[in-house]
Amino acid sequence: MAQTSAPSGATTHSPAGAPAEAVTKRDFLKLTTTAFAVVGVGALAWPFISSLAPGGDVLALASTDVDLAPIAEGSAVTVMWRGKPVFVRHRTAAEIEAARAEPLSGLKDPAADDSRVQQAPWLVVVGICTHLGCVPLGQRPTDARGDFGGWFCPCHGSHYDTSGRIRRGPAPTNLEVPSYTFTSDTAIRIG
Amino acid sequence: MAIGLHDSSFKNPVVRWVDQRLPVFTMIQKEYGTFPTPRNFNYFWNFGALAMINLMIMIATGVFLAMHYTAHVDHAFESVERIMRDVHFGWLIRYAHMNGAHLFFAVVFIHIWRGMYYGSYKAPRELLWILGVIIFLLMMATAFMGYVLPWGQMSFWGATVITNLFSAIPLIGPEIVTYLWGGFSVDNPTLNRFFSLHFLLPFVITGVVFLHVAALHITGSNNPLGIEPKGPQDTLPFHPYYTAKDSVGIVVYLAVFAFLIFFMPNYLGHADNYIPANPLVTPAHIVPEWYFLPFYAILRAVPDKLGGVILMFGAIAVLFVLPWLDTSKVRSMRFRPIARIAFLLWTVNFMVLTWVGAKPAEGHYVLIAQIGTMIYFAYFLVVLPALGRLERPLPLPESIARAVLGPKAQLGGGPVPGAATAQPMEKA
Repeated sequence: MAQTSAPSGATTHSPAGAPAEAVTKRDFLKLTTTAFAVVGVGALAWPFISSLAPGGDVLALASTDVDLAPIAEGSAVTVMWRGKPVFVRHRTAAEIEAARAEPLSGLKDPAADDSRVQQAPWLVVVGICTHLGCVPLGQRPTDARGDFGGWFCPCHGSHYDTSGRIRRGPAPTNLEVPSYTFTSDTAIRIG
Repeated sequence: MAIGLHDSSFKNPVVRWVDQRLPVFTMIQKEYGTFPTPRNFNYFWNFGALAMINLMIMIATGVFLAMHYTAHVDHAFESVERIMRDVHFGWLIRYAHMNGAHLFFAVVFIHIWRGMYYGSYKAPRELLWILGVIIFLLMMATAFMGYVLPWGQMSFWGATVITNLFSAIPLIGPEIVTYLWGGFSVDNPTLNRFFSLHFLLPFVITGVVFLHVAALHITGSNNPLGIEPKGPQDTLPFHPYYTAKDSVGIVVYLAVFAFLIFFMPNYLGHADNYIPANPLVTPAHIVPEWYFLPFYAILRAVPDKLGGVILMFGAIAVLFVLPWLDTSKVRSMRFRPIARIAFLLWTVNFMVLTWVGAKPAEGHYVLIAQIGTMIYFAYFLVVLPALGRLERPLPLPESIARAVLGPKAQLGGGPVPGAATAQPMEKA
């Protein structure tokens, strides 16, 4: 191999008047070496970058069970899920009515109330303002709940309604609804 | 060329712009591109580059481990187990760090051995050698403190025994140990400061390695013949000749490394370190990692606390003055028939000390360790100083090129890479 391809290499490497565009064995070697190096660096970086992702123990804690039985109508609880607060509110008939009566056209982030709940009395949302990550007020009866009866974020003044939808203020989207399932009539599992 | 700008020879405008203001490209080209390197290196000259690669692997894996490790006596062991079980590829990163430490010492031992066999420590490379011994000392401190971090039984009792070495210092010894511990036993404050220092020292090592390489590039490399290059006919540019040769060594080294990690990751460690630290129970058979064993054997050979500690540290301290203990002008053992045999015997003796260091300190093992200790020191303190006067070395070749190429060096030409460039200088 080396013998047969030597002449072309010799031509291009001669200092006087080499054909500029000729493809040489050296070009091939450089390309394959570079390709191997790139794949190698990628393979080397993979485990290091992967180690930064949530570990097995973190993922194992990624679901939270909530017993709904003790939550009286009109009150709410806050549970921890993946290190974040989740609001579970037992809505009154009036609150449900208020959320459903609002026309979608008046909303900043239009979403029908029944698309945000699985059972009308139970609203489950991640308790983190979609503006810059503060926890809105409104869980305790004494809290300010903003102009729409839901939650009010004290950091930059975002008002959420009884469906957790953004109604006024700088937050761009509604409070996030996490994935959850009813494991019985009075219990849910978040995550 | 504006005043104050470096006169760069690079054509690429971006490279040139940077190089004129900060001539790093010129420096790399000078120190790793065209750097004149003796043409007769054998594979022992791979091990400096291997040690450099190994240091980088240790720092990379170590930084990622530190992201998951908790330096607290209540959590350290569990956090290491979490790395092994829950962190993605945590087992790989930890095993690479763990076996990397073993391999680092293996590589550095061979690197030091190379220097001793080929007389690389002799003038004008004394300071280069001394910087190397400092790196070795820093490595030992770093490895010791790293071994404490998983907070297993061996961690705890290793830390206890090694810190207690300082209690042998007369008068202030016990006081010093209390300050090392930050308490009255090895405990949480000890673990915290060891973690801090274990993170710091590799960067100190990197700094001294930089000085080591800087000093190397002043004197140039030694070579298997131990004679200085006399001109371009004796040298090759570092790139591509030795970048290629080093690459061969790196591939072999990485293959060994991969074999250790994937097939026998715990072979070089101690099973007892997978038992959480217990300050109430000392393991029956407490042994340091293999790379400390020769020095551990010397410590135990002496039936006196202070004497043992002094000899153990002396075994490394003697390396600092090796350039002056060896009085022979001839560097390479190839041309020293008696010193060569003496050094090979010393090497065997070093291995015997390693072996006996892992044995219980009783019966005839103590005697073997005592004889081994005497041989270790006799080589440095008696044999080398005396041989410089008594030994009759073999005649040295007139030049590297002459020794490597034979008569062709005189004729010039021949199918030898670099011969064309070497030719004109042959007349000089």
